[in-house]
Amino acid sequence: MNAVEIKGVSQQYGSMTVLHDLTLSLGEGEVLGLFGHNGAGKTTTMKLILGLLQASSGTVQVLGRNPKDSLVRQQLGYLPENVTFYAQLSGRETLRHFARLKGAPLSQVDELLEQVGLAPAMERRVKTYSKGMRQRLGLAQALLGAPRLLLLDEPTVGLDPIATQDLYQLVDRLRQQGTSIILCSHVLPGVEAHINRAAILSHGRLQAVGSLASLREDAGLPALIRASGLKQSAQLLQRWRAGGHQARSVGIDGIEVVAINGHKLDLLRELLGEGGAQDIDIHQPSLEDLYRHYMDQAQSTQAREGAV
Amino acid sequence: MSQVWNIARKELSDGLRNRWLLAISLLFAVLAVGIAWLGAAASGQLGFTSIPATIASLASLATFLVPLIALLLAYDAIVGEDEGGTLMLLLTYPLGRGQLLLGKFVGHGLILALATLIGFGCAALAIAVLVEDIELGLLAWAFGRFMLSSTLLGWVFLAMAYVLSSKVSEKSSAAGLALGLWFLFVLVFDLALLALLVLSEGKFNPDLLPWLLLLNPADVYRLINLSGFEGNGNALGVMALGGDLPVDGQLLWVCLLMWVGVPLTLAHWVFLRRPT
Repeated sequence: MNAVEIKGVSQQYGSMTVLHDLTLSLGEGEVLGLFGHNGAGKTTTMKLILGLLQASSGTVQVLGRNPKDSLVRQQLGYLPENVTFYAQLSGRETLRHFARLKGAPLSQVDELLEQVGLAPAMERRVKTYSKGMRQRLGLAQALLGAPRLLLLDEPTVGLDPIATQDLYQLVDRLRQQGTSIILCSHVLPGVEAHINRAAILSHGRLQAVGSLASLREDAGLPALIRASGLKQSAQLLQRWRAGGHQARSVGIDGIEVVAINGHKLDLLRELLGEGGAQDIDIHQPSLEDLYRHYMDQAQSTQAREGAV
Repeated sequence: MSQVWNIARKELSDGLRNRWLLAISLLFAVLAVGIAWLGAAASGQLGFTSIPATIASLASLATFLVPLIALLLAYDAIVGEDEGGTLMLLLTYPLGRGQLLLGKFVGHGLILALATLIGFGCAALAIAVLVEDIELGLLAWAFGRFMLSSTLLGWVFLAMAYVLSSKVSEKSSAAGLALGLWFLFVLVFDLALLALLVLSEGKFNPDLLPWLLLLNPADVYRLINLSGFEGNGNALGVMALGGDLPVDGQLLWVCLLMWVGVPLTLAHWVFLRRPT
């Protein structure tokens, strides 16, 4: 059974359609990254999964049930974007309140505060917390009751680099324990290693979904190979240019070549064999490159539609 | 049910934390004791006069005060959570909107009930101890009725505040509307009724007029507290109409309870339709 199953969902606000025929699923123990510009439909998708919105058409199933089901809500953790809490309560009181509402054991409260590094500040009022501390309290809140499905909306906003790393490690650990996670983010670098699949939304339409490898293949984005310490860089350069490769020299004995899908290994072999390269650097298209690619594609599609 | 209590206990502990409960109780106690001993100062007397006079003065003061306190306590119940960003989070919890609203009502309602009991209870105790030859039975009956009806009056305005709070999208508009509601029921309604009486020059069916009092919970509350004493000489203004009302005391209580139930149901209905 999939943790989340969205089938053919469209969502309208008045006359505006914010989601067009979205079909998306999340497997058990899978981490899905949900990316898109502001107003792309990320938050709407989250709200549909949370049961805060009723889809205009199509079906949404969460943990095999209607998302409004309280059994679902008990097993679901949610970290909202820019999470806020009751300013007058202490961190511990806040978490205890939410633990009671979730039906989670109160003993979990102190453990979670320890886990997110808020134990020294737990008796202080939330009013005095920094943005990062509020974010960590929000995360602790989302983890109450050991949820099977976790929705994290911009979880790294306001976190320092170390806390961000901690968060990603936590995501990895939870995934290993079988928790399904949807991670919504603007911050692309650093995320890629921690997600199984990425979904890219633009203007309410799903542009692409799949693992990074399959997205790279689908997008056909080239890898960039940079080699240095070559014996005969000039000849290599000439040959490759003649063969239709995009290549340029870097420094005295270095080459940078654009490797379009399928040519990467051949180029590498040549570099290692005849070239006798001393150092090779391969730059794979990053999530950011992929994101940019699909966004450009979406934009040109829209421009074309607009012209017609 | 436990979810309702979870919400209620948070409201209750908030009420203790920000000293609302203490402040309201103190206010009620000081006012009640003050009125009991100084209420007759206008007619040149000092000291405790009588139970009916004390209750009448207390009731007319509480008519102004209790609704205002209730509205202040509850106007931001929903819209405040929304503006604070906690409403959306709460709604992703295994918690129905009805449970959330009822929890708020139980919490706020308990704060009001406790403040009434502590504040006016202390005053009643002071009278019982300090005034000689007091009829303890009458005192307990009159104050008990007064405290119970004051609590119910507070609940009516809590429920009305939830309707506003569920409807509007900004806290400031909820505050403004709450003030308007207070103005309408506590001040304008009676004036409008009197104006109707005068302007209609008797053309308005006089049998109908007393029934109009039931449309204002504040008037129902006053009717409850002014009746039941011998020689009902304290009835002034529109309250004199109450004497013509062919209904007994029990119906007034039922009416006040309905004034709690109907707005609360309406608030639930409005809250269910509030977009997230």
